[in-house]
Amino acid sequence: MSEQRDMLVLDHVSKVYPNGVHALETVSVTVKPGEILAIVGGSGCGKSTLLRAVSGLDVASSGDVTLGGVTIHAPHEKIGIVFQEPRLLPWLTVADNVGFGLEDLSSAERETRVRAALARVGLADKASVWPRELSGGQAQRVALARALVPRPEVLLLDEPFSALDAFTRADLQDHLLDLWADSRPTLLLVTHDVDEAVVLADRVLVMRPRPGRIFEAIDCDLPRPRDRQSAAFDFAKRRVLAALDRSLDRKSQDHAETKADPGAAMWW
Amino acid sequence: MSFALMTGVTSDSETTARPQVARTRRFGRWSRPLLGLLVPLVLAVGWELAVRAGFSNGRLMPPPSVILQTLYDLAQSGELWRHSVATVLRVAVGFGIGVVAGTLLGALAGYSALTRRLLDPTLQALRAIPSIAWVPLFILWLGIFEASKVTLIAVGVFFPVYLGVMGAIMSVDRKIVEVGRAFRLSGFALVRRILLPAVLPSYIVALRSGLGLGWMFVVAAEFLGASEGLGYLLIDGQQLGKPAQIVAAIITFAILGKIADGLIVATATPFLRWEDRFGARGEPA
Ligand SMILES: Nc1ncnc2c1ncn2[C@@H]1O[C@H](COP(=O)(O)OP(=O)(O)OP(=O)(O)O)[C@@H](O)[C@H]1O
Ligand SMILES: [Mg+2]
Repeated sequence: MSEQRDMLVLDHVSKVYPNGVHALETVSVTVKPGEILAIVGGSGCGKSTLLRAVSGLDVASSGDVTLGGVTIHAPHEKIGIVFQEPRLLPWLTVADNVGFGLEDLSSAERETRVRAALARVGLADKASVWPRELSGGQAQRVALARALVPRPEVLLLDEPFSALDAFTRADLQDHLLDLWADSRPTLLLVTHDVDEAVVLADRVLVMRPRPGRIFEAIDCDLPRPRDRQSAAFDFAKRRVLAALDRSLDRKSQDHAETKADPGAAMWW
Repeated sequence: MSFALMTGVTSDSETTARPQVARTRRFGRWSRPLLGLLVPLVLAVGWELAVRAGFSNGRLMPPPSVILQTLYDLAQSGELWRHSVATVLRVAVGFGIGVVAGTLLGALAGYSALTRRLLDPTLQALRAIPSIAWVPLFILWLGIFEASKVTLIAVGVFFPVYLGVMGAIMSVDRKIVEVGRAFRLSGFALVRRILLPAVLPSYIVALRSGLGLGWMFVVAAEFLGASEGLGYLLIDGQQLGKPAQIVAAIITFAILGKIADGLIVATATPFLRWEDRFGARGEPA
C-alpha cells in the first residue's frame, strides 16, 4: 500500500474566524507521503486551526487543502485525527471504540482488525472494558488505535500527549513511531514540546501568531531511532528553540541549559 | 428503588472470582431494602398494637390488619383488579402520548435552533400554566369521559419529557459530536451512533419524572368524575366514610407506581452500564 501515495498540499490557506481573528494567513506547505511534520509555535498562533482545516472539520476561508489533488472540504476517509483528549465514546467498550470507524466492514473482519490494533498498542486485555476504567495514557493509546485502524494515509495529532506525564509521554512517542513504521502514514503533529518535535519529526514548522503563518521550517534528519541524549539531538533541539524565540521576537537565550534542566525543554 | 434493582444484577463470574467482594455485596443487596423497610414496619406494628390495646379506636386511621383485610376483600371481589386496570390503562395511554409528543418536539427543539426559537417560547409559556387549569377546557372540548382524562395525563407527562430531551441534546459534548464528524457521520448516522447513546441517561430520567407526573394526574383526572379507577376508589371511600378503602387504594397506587418505575429502570439498566456517575459507586459494572 506504500507505492503510490498522496501528497498533502496546503496552498495559500487562510482562516478568518467569524469574530474577525486572522488565525491563519496564506499558509502553504507540501507534505510528502510518509513524512512526519511537527508544528510548534506560541499559544494562539493557529496550529489547531491549521490541523482542523486539514481534517475537514473546519474549512479554510480561502486557499485549498488537497490530498492527492482532491480538495478536502469535509472529513475524509484517508485522514485520521487524534485530539488532545482521548475523546473515547463512554458508552462503547474499548474494542467498540477502536472499531468505531469500521462500521462498513463485516463484523468478523472488524473484530480481527480491532484485536490486532489493540494488541499493537499493548491493550489486548482491555478490549471489553469501559473507557472510564482506563488510565489517561491507556485511553490515549486507544484513541491512537481508533484513528489508525481505518489505515489512514494522513494522521493528524493535536497535542496528543500533552496531558500525560513525562514518562508516559516519552513512552507513547516511541510507540507512535513504532505504529508509524507499520504503514508509514503522513503525520502532522502539533506539539508544545520541543523534545517531542525533535524526537519524532522529519521537519519542524515553527509558526508565528497574529496572523498565524509559518515562520521557519527546520529539517531534522537525524537517523532513527533517535537518542534523546545525543549531541546531535541536542543541537537540533536548540535550533528549534532558537527559531521559536525569534518567532516571538525574543532575544535568543542560552539554550545550553536545556540539557541540564529537563523542565526547560518543555516549551510553552 | 433503582438501587435495589441495579444491585440485583451481579454477574456470576464476578461472584465466584471475588468471594470477599461477593460476600459484602450479597449482604449489601439485602440490607439496603431491609433497612428501608424498618421504619414503616415499626410504625405499622406500633399502630396495630395501639389499636389492639385500645389506645385508639382506629376509625379514622384503621390498623394494618383492617387495611389488609380490605385489600384482600377488594381483590377477592375483582374490584381491585377492575379499578387498577382502568387506572393503569389511562396512565399507559396518556404516558405513551405524552412521551411520543415530548420526545419528538424535544428532539426537534434540541437539534435545530430554528425550531427551538419557534416552539420553545410557546411551550415554556404553556408550561407555566398549572396543568389542572386545563381541565374545564378539556371537558368542554373532549367530554367527561376517557379522552379528557388521557389528555390531562399526556399534558402532565409531556413537559418533563420535552424539557429533558431538549436539554439532553443541547448539552451533548461538542467534542464527542466532533469524533462522529471526524468519522464522516452526519444526519441519521450521527444521531444513531452519537446523539442517541449520549442522551440516553437523561432521557431515562425524563421518562421517570414524566411517569411520576402521569400517576399524579391520573388521580386528578379520576377525581373529576369517573366510575372506575383507583382515584374513584379514593373518592368513594371518602364519600362513604371508608378510610380503609382509601388507604388500600393509596397502597395500590404506591405499588403500581414502583412497579412502573422499576420497569423503566430495569429496561434501561443494561444500556447504561457504561455510565461514569457519582451515584454509580459500588454498583456492579
Ligand atoms: N472557534 C473559534 N472562533 C474564533 N476564534 C478562534 C476560534 N478558534 C480559535 N480562534 C482564534 O484563532 C487563533 C488561533 O487559534 P488556535 O486554536 O489555532 O491556536 P493554537 O496555535 O492551537 O493555540 P494553542 O497552542 O494554545 O492550542 C487564536 O487567536 C484563537 O483565539
Ligand atoms: Mg491548539
